[in-house]
Amino acid sequence: MATSTTAPGPARPDRRDPGAGSPASGSARRPRRPRRSLLPYLLLVPAIVLELAIHVIPMVVGVWMSLLELTQFHIRDWSTAPFVGLENYRATLDFNSAAGRELLHSFWVTLVYTLLSVGLAWLLGMAGAVVLQRPFRGRAILRALFLTPYALPVYTAVITWSFLLQRDTGLVNHVLVDQLGLLDQRPFWLIGDNSFWSLLVVSVWRNWPFAFLCLMAGLQNVPGEMYEAAAIDGAGFWRRLRSVTLPMLRPVNLVLLLVLFLWTFNDFNTPFVLFGGSAPEQADLISIHIYRSSFKTWDFGSGSAMSVALLLFLLVVSAGYLLITNRRRDHA
Amino acid sequence: MSTRRHLGIFAAAVLAAASLTACGGSGDDSGGSGKTLTYWASNQGASLEADKTILQPELDKFEKQTGIKVNLEVVPWSDLLNRLLAAATSGQGPDVVNIGNTWSASLQATGALVEFDDATLQAVGGKDRFVPAALAAAGAPGKPPAAVPIYSLAYALYYNKKAFADAGITAPPTTWEQLAEYGKKLSTGGKWGLAVEGANPSENAHHAFTFSQQYGGEWFDSSGKPTFDTPQNVAAVKRYVDFMATDKITNPSNAEYAQNQSVSDFANGKAAMLLWQAAGSNLKTQNMPADAYGIAPVPFLGAPPAGGKKVNSMVAGINMAVFKHTKNRDAALSFVKFMTSDEEQTILNKTYGSLPAVKTAGSDPAFSAPEQKVLQETLSTTAAPLPQVPDESTFETLVGTAIKELFADAASGKPVTEDSVKQKLTDAQQKMR
Repeated sequence: MATSTTAPGPARPDRRDPGAGSPASGSARRPRRPRRSLLPYLLLVPAIVLELAIHVIPMVVGVWMSLLELTQFHIRDWSTAPFVGLENYRATLDFNSAAGRELLHSFWVTLVYTLLSVGLAWLLGMAGAVVLQRPFRGRAILRALFLTPYALPVYTAVITWSFLLQRDTGLVNHVLVDQLGLLDQRPFWLIGDNSFWSLLVVSVWRNWPFAFLCLMAGLQNVPGEMYEAAAIDGAGFWRRLRSVTLPMLRPVNLVLLLVLFLWTFNDFNTPFVLFGGSAPEQADLISIHIYRSSFKTWDFGSGSAMSVALLLFLLVVSAGYLLITNRRRDHA
Repeated sequence: MSTRRHLGIFAAAVLAAASLTACGGSGDDSGGSGKTLTYWASNQGASLEADKTILQPELDKFEKQTGIKVNLEVVPWSDLLNRLLAAATSGQGPDVVNIGNTWSASLQATGALVEFDDATLQAVGGKDRFVPAALAAAGAPGKPPAAVPIYSLAYALYYNKKAFADAGITAPPTTWEQLAEYGKKLSTGGKWGLAVEGANPSENAHHAFTFSQQYGGEWFDSSGKPTFDTPQNVAAVKRYVDFMATDKITNPSNAEYAQNQSVSDFANGKAAMLLWQAAGSNLKTQNMPADAYGIAPVPFLGAPPAGGKKVNSMVAGINMAVFKHTKNRDAALSFVKFMTSDEEQTILNKTYGSLPAVKTAGSDPAFSAPEQKVLQETLSTTAAPLPQVPDESTFETLVGTAIKELFADAASGKPVTEDSVKQKLTDAQQKMR
């Protein structure tokens, strides 16, 4: 999600003398005025070009792809791909067909996964930030330690998890079964029902440091006097948390929750590395599902159609979220 | 104050680092100017590093002979098809590539590969040099091949001699019923009868093909339309998964295997049997001596149903293709000619344990070793090519993944029934278009 704010220019560029000479001859003698009026736009050009190249054009191409029957026969020259209109959407969103059913299933899995992952990551991040709010010996070490999962490259970290979670040779089963004797049978962590929970744990492990970082930064802005005043009024820990900390963190939380939601919903790396390309049904996140539908079956048209549908869904969710939270703020 | 500033700087650094990792480079330095070729080799040896060590001296030899430099990259199988697809789409990337021979028709359909018509074939030594069965698996029938074969392979049954002797089994199984029976005898004391690569869609699909042939099934009809959920194919897939589900001669852990762990299990003695293509060189690097295992043809059904074919392997192998976007077509073709020359065919196939794809290179004694003899015999009598249709790679993915899910069911104790197999195959078929 890119948000850009344009600061109002210091001078209005259209303040022109009606009697100014032709720009060709005028620019040589009096170069300052036209340059000044162009400067803000010139400065904007790199941002606009990048924004177009990175966001807008790929999105438009994606929408266009979703209207084509783009299979291996046509990927080398897209202009030969037959235009099928909304056929890809009809096929992928037809929830009576196998493909549609699986997409819907994958959508629900992703939604539950996202809500749980964001909720847990936020809870852990919040707890960590509150615990580390006051200085004590070893705080810096804990802070660095807590941020480690976020600083590790995602592939390395998740591959390590996939080793840990293997049934026969993984550390998790070694500890649970061989050392602690908690379970008689070695459970599977990467296939079957457990795969969802494995994915969730890895995702929370990866995401909570970001929540922690943001909330910790947010907590620095809460004036100490407010806690003092609350303490004088006799407020205990929970009361202070509820009446001082959380309201003061509201602006941070608004953005943090939205960003975490979008990241987690679209997370591709974690399931891809953990499950090696094709996730089990129980953990078939939508990003992997779309990848499999387009790359593995070489049907980029319907893959794009799914992506566009997903984009629309996330747009609606984000817009709704911002609308509701803004309205609340206005009422507050 | 200073804490806050430090925190801010730290946060910015973390964010910057995170965004940097997101855009890791994937540029391909294709040899544009002069005489430099980029070659993507498939992973034939025990590791990517091993392949580099094997291939580099040959590439140096080629440079010495012709002055053409070849930049080598060994691409793991899990990435190869995606990378080829990306190269076909963008018109960027390597000049010469190895492809799994079963993908030939699929990649041919993209139109990105140089057609080996008679004139082009002449440039690499002529059509008659190549083993006909291998060349037939290099593109759709009736069209000029999209590639030429370089390594020929077939499936064989590898069995642990000591485990067989300990269990009082004197000869390798020739039918699946025997294999299941022996497997039960061998599955004791934490050891298992048969190792499978259950989470590897390609392996699964190859076995699905062989079993289907034995049950008289086909995955595509004559017009190239998928016929995944026929009773024969359901029986074929169920037979394969049942090694884990009902015969219980396969360790449930195998449902997770996708990185050749089944070969390791066989090499370590954890499993007594393995169905594999030219496992010999891999087993050697895992310190399993050649006299510790025996090689037999892949079994057949004891009582084949009407229409069942006597097929116990696909015509497996690796082909070499040239991208049309190459700026050095002649250099690329002379590299193909070099790699399919008698000398290189002997050296490379000997190292990899595969068979030469050209008729004139088979005389080396290495190719009459027990393993190669079984492969040779299978290839010449009981192997059939996978359907050379554009949708073949999709078949491998969809059916292979369906079987992966069935293995996962079997491993976690869910029943694998005819209905559940049929359902999975029907779903897979619906995803074809």
